Formats: sequence, C-alpha cells, structure tokens
Amino acid sequence: MNSIATFFTGNGALFSPSRTAPAPTAQPAVATEAATPAVAVETLCKKYGTHWAVDEVNFIVPKGWTVGLLGGNGAGKTTTIAMIMGLVVPTVGRAMVLGHDMATERHKVLKRMNFESPYVALPARLTVRENLNVFGRLYGVPGIKQKIEELAEEFGLGDIMDRLTGRLSAGQKTRVAVAKALINDPDVLVLDEPTASLDPDRADWVRSRLRAYQQRKGATILMSSHNMLEVEQLCDFVVIMSRGRVVALGTCRELAEQFQCKNLDEVFIKLARGA
Amino acid sequence: MTDSINRMAAMTARYYYLLRSSWLRLLELVYWPAMQMLVWGFLYTYLYDSKSSMASTGGMLLGAVLLWDVLFRGQLGFSFTFLEEIWSRNLANLMMSPLQPAELAASLMLMSLIRLLIGTIPVTLLVFVLFGFNIYALGFGLIAFFINLVITGWAIGLVVSGMIIRQGLGAESLAYSIMILVLPLCCVYYPVWVLPLWLQPAAWSLTPTYVFEGMRAILIDGMLRTDLMVECFALNLVYLTVAFTAFMLLLRSARHKGVLLTMGE
Repeated sequence: MNSIATFFTGNGALFSPSRTAPAPTAQPAVATEAATPAVAVETLCKKYGTHWAVDEVNFIVPKGWTVGLLGGNGAGKTTTIAMIMGLVVPTVGRAMVLGHDMATERHKVLKRMNFESPYVALPARLTVRENLNVFGRLYGVPGIKQKIEELAEEFGLGDIMDRLTGRLSAGQKTRVAVAKALINDPDVLVLDEPTASLDPDRADWVRSRLRAYQQRKGATILMSSHNMLEVEQLCDFVVIMSRGRVVALGTCRELAEQFQCKNLDEVFIKLARGA
Repeated sequence: MTDSINRMAAMTARYYYLLRSSWLRLLELVYWPAMQMLVWGFLYTYLYDSKSSMASTGGMLLGAVLLWDVLFRGQLGFSFTFLEEIWSRNLANLMMSPLQPAELAASLMLMSLIRLLIGTIPVTLLVFVLFGFNIYALGFGLIAFFINLVITGWAIGLVVSGMIIRQGLGAESLAYSIMILVLPLCCVYYPVWVLPLWLQPAAWSLTPTYVFEGMRAILIDGMLRTDLMVECFALNLVYLTVAFTAFMLLLRSARHKGVLLTMGE
C-alpha cells in the first residue's frame, strides 16, 4: 500500500511543508511523453477570500488509470477538478495534465481532454445532433458525421438525436453529455458525478460504457462521485478529500482495511464523521 | 490556422442552429428596429408635410435613428450572442474545448454582423417603401458609417462580455444600458458644436460622433468627409484593441476568482 500511495503522491509527501511555494517536481525538465503522468497535482491550493477551498493537495494519476476523487459537500473536489481543467487558476501550486501546466499551457492539451459536469449544460435550444456536431467540430474530430452515428449507437441516442436537448429527461441529458465528453476520444477524461441523475439500470449501463472506453482507448479517467458502489466498480485508486485536504488515499480494498470497514461507503461515512 | 477557422465555423454553426430553432428569435431581430422606425417615420412624414422650418431636419432624424440602430443592435447582437452561452450554462464547455478566446470573440463578431443585417436590411426597405426615405442614397458614405459603427459595437460588446464573465449575470443589464451612457455625447441628433466647449473633446473621443457628423455633412452639404471616416476608423482600431485586451484581462480575472464553472447559476 505504501508504495502505491507514494507513487500517487509523487515525492512521497502527502502534505508538502509549505503552501507558499510549489513543490519541487521529481521529474526531469524534459520528460518523455510516455513517462509523463496523465495528471500531476503539486501542492495545489486555492484561496477564496480568507478561506482555503483547496489546501496543499498532491497526487499523481498515471496514464490509463481511473481515479476517484471523493469527499463530502464543500470538500474541495469541484475546485480541484476545475483547477485540473484549467478553469480556475491555483493560488499556489500547479495542476499538470499530460505534462502541461493547466494555468499557463492549457491550450496545448485541451484537444486531448474532455469533461462532463452537472454544473454545465449543453445548449438547450440545439438538438442532440447539432450539439454533438458543434462540439465535434470544436475538437477537430475527423469524420464527424460517422463519429456522431457511432456515439448515437453506443449510447442509445438514436431516437432522440433530432430532439431539442433542453426537452430531454435528466437521464437522457446525462447520456448526451457523456457522449459529448467522448466525442474526441480524449486521453484524459474528467467526470464530475457522471451518473448523478440516472436510475440504477442506466447508471450501470453508462459505467459499462465508460469502462469499455477506458479499456479500448487506454484513457485516464479522473472522476468525482458520491456513489461509492460506482467508485468501487470503476476506480483503480481513490483520493478522499475533506475541508480542502487529502485525508486518505489508496485502492478501495486498502482503504477498507486501513479504516477497518467493510466497504468504501463505510470508509466515507467514517471520515465524514471525523474519524 | 485551418483549425482556428474550423472552430470559428463550428461556433457560427452553433449560433445559426440557435437562430433557426425559433422563428420568434428571428422575428425579434426585425421587430424592435421596425417598430422604432415606424414611430420616427411618421414623425418624419408629419414634419415634411407641415412645411415647417423643421421639415428639412426630418431626413436627418430618420438617418440618425437608422445609424444609431446599427450601433445599438451591433453591440446588442454581440452581447446577446455571448449571453446565450451564460443562459444555457455552456460557457465552461466552450472554455474546456480547444476554442481560443480570440476565436470566440471573432465568432461573436461575425454573428453580431449577421444578426444586424437580418434586422436592419428589411427595416431600411420598409422605411423606403412607407416613407420614401432612401438610406442607400448616402452611397459610399453609408458603407463607411456602417463599418465604423459595427466596429464600435463590437468593442463595447467585448467589454460588456468581459464584465459578464467577471461579475456574472449581475452585469447582464450592461448589455441593455451601456449604450445610453454614450448617447448624449455621440451627437446622434444634433451637431457637436451644440455641446459646451469643455464637453466637445469628450464627444470627439467617441467614434460614433464622427459618423453622425459625417452623415450630417452628406445630408446638408452633400459632401463625404473622408477625413472624419479615416480618423474614426483609426480610433476604432485603438478601441477594439483596448476592448479585446480588457476582455482577456477580465477572463483571466474570472479564472482566478473561480467563477467560470458555475457561470449562469
């Protein structure tokens, strides 16, 4: 467990000593593409006013892994994800994706990323087909018409392709949003509550699609979720946050053993109640 | 470069789909300018028919209203097209895509132009048919006026959009109200010399003033003031550069403040 946790926290320190300076990176200045982790979060901090929403977070996501970012409401997950996506600039530290600092070089890597979040919606007045067409073209997807048909087939969107996105059910919207997130075959996929509004059957179906995509493409997935069963099914590794800090990390089994719990659900509750 | 053009084409397609999705939206583009021109057109007819000393000002009034609408609708078209992204909570999707801010701005400019042409061309024809006022008689001057006013509209739209990114929907009302702020100094309906001397430099610092003075020069003296148009264009380039810089700074500030993800909520 220690070895894998050390790998995930980069330099071996879960909490770095100071938030005033970025943690030194152990990687050489010019890292090879293969050796570069998909995501590297180094001494990441974000301060809003006097409140540290994210406080010295360190972790590394190797390529091809699926990592769950967990925590209660206000734990700092969404802010961390926003910094990894480059939508929020860190106060201290940095978030690197495929070797590029997302605060300053995000344009170099955005074509290889995609995301889905309940905070964001696709334009309601456009049909599903129009939305997929627009985003496919934005990402420079070759053979966009064929790609849209493939996604429609894979996500069972055939009968809703020409309906306005705003008139779909919550579950249908989620499926369309996930289809949009996969339109450019991203190397790094960031998912915020990917199955939040789906019934258990549809949620399981979407999980199977994500797992199939991850295995087919060898993609890296970073996801936040409140569904512990989902995390256990999908994630190779879990990072748990509380009050802006990483409080535990490991595989689901390792965390259960560490906190003497039966499953991740119990670990989460134990940590949320201040264990 | 090709990628950049493709992304701008994608954004134009996105706005075209939006316009196409509702005939009410299309109608609205024509509705407001048409209603406004009807009111001013009837006033023009009244002044013309009354043979009063005001009769000669009727044409100028109508021309001024038409050109003011170009400026107003140009800015509104830019800002509203941008606001669509906020209202639909789509901004983060765009910011996470390879679309560059300059490409987004260029797409908004193009869409503002398209909306403007959809709104104004039918109205100019309506004014000609109903009131016999032919704005196209301004000739080459009309093209120079149009280009300058559209660029000013874009510059103001860029600043308004930047403010909305930075401040959220609390700044939405700027899209409707900011033009009223410059209206008194732009000398739309009266010449610059009417203003107090100390206020005239402020008027000449605004690009629309050059256009409306130029329009009066054509209608009163039959003379195209190319000097005014060249000065106006040069000033517009400065304003557009400043506005784009402001847009980028406000966007950067929004990324520091962390408002992009929840924009529209």
